[in-house]
Amino acid sequence: MTDAVRFTRAGMRRGLRQALPVSLGILPFGIVTGVVAQGAGLSLAETTLMSATVFAGASQLMALGSWAHPAPVLGATLAALVVNLRLALMGPALAPWLDRLRGWRVWLTLFFLVDHGWAMAITEIRAGRSDAGFLLGSGLALWLPWVVTSAAGHLLGSLLRPPPGHPLFFAALAAFISLLVPLWRGRQDLLPWAVAALVALLVARLLPGSYWHIVAGALAGSLTGALAERRGAA
Amino acid sequence: MSLDPATLAAILGMTLATYLCRAGGYWLFRQIRPGRTMRAALAYLPGTLFVGYVAPGLWSGGPQAWAGGAMTVAAMVATGNVGVAIFAGTGAAWLVWLLR
Repeated sequence: MTDAVRFTRAGMRRGLRQALPVSLGILPFGIVTGVVAQGAGLSLAETTLMSATVFAGASQLMALGSWAHPAPVLGATLAALVVNLRLALMGPALAPWLDRLRGWRVWLTLFFLVDHGWAMAITEIRAGRSDAGFLLGSGLALWLPWVVTSAAGHLLGSLLRPPPGHPLFFAALAAFISLLVPLWRGRQDLLPWAVAALVALLVARLLPGSYWHIVAGALAGSLTGALAERRGAA
Repeated sequence: MSLDPATLAAILGMTLATYLCRAGGYWLFRQIRPGRTMRAALAYLPGTLFVGYVAPGLWSGGPQAWAGGAMTVAAMVATGNVGVAIFAGTGAAWLVWLLR
């Protein structure tokens, strides 16, 4: 990267614009999370607060799935830690931008780090764009709809109960599938992606209802890619 | 509208754990400079992470998920627009679900 990395309002607007259509894909997810939170006995204020501060749907759904009264403080915290370990694997890939920022910008940007915004930021970095404001903009464009739809889901509560397996839930999967398309770099990705899929399927079968399959698949696939590159270079 | 102390504590715990993941991974790699193999592995991570996420869902989702997945990819390749791809894919999944 030859350009100096910047952090501007224009970059934030660019991120905001790009992420808005993606945020449509998480609307059903937000509503489902709100409905589940209401079913678990959380108040509207608690549901909204959780979505605003945790801002990680899969971990929220998993924690709410085994909620109790009084609330399972340790269990919910551990669930968030395990499900969101994948976010720890994402941060380092943003180094080309984050390493050149100072202070609050880094740590505030990281608060809004989610899968979709991260995938778009990686595409930006690979295209040689250097405005790190993009990440905060896309994060905000995903955060606000997330909080609003969680609250709406809580309000709809018992009215809106799409049964498990309803095609509306496919929107969450479709969001990730569409983000995969620009990440495909060619033949070199074939083996690592195949390994990631196989390991994820296996681990999902061994540990159903957990999110270890994502971490295991990603690690196995990435290491396969790195080792294949090293063999090719040697 | 009520805030229960135990629920608040649980939400706080989840928030801290999640932020620890978000910021901790980057922080750690700033302390330990990754070598060449590690950098190569990180470059593969975006793709493999999402593959790991979607593979079990596609596998167990049956015909509606397969049709939806194929339509999502086709629409994304054709338009390059994530919003269009999500709508087309979800629409295809819905259609197959209705036709069952």
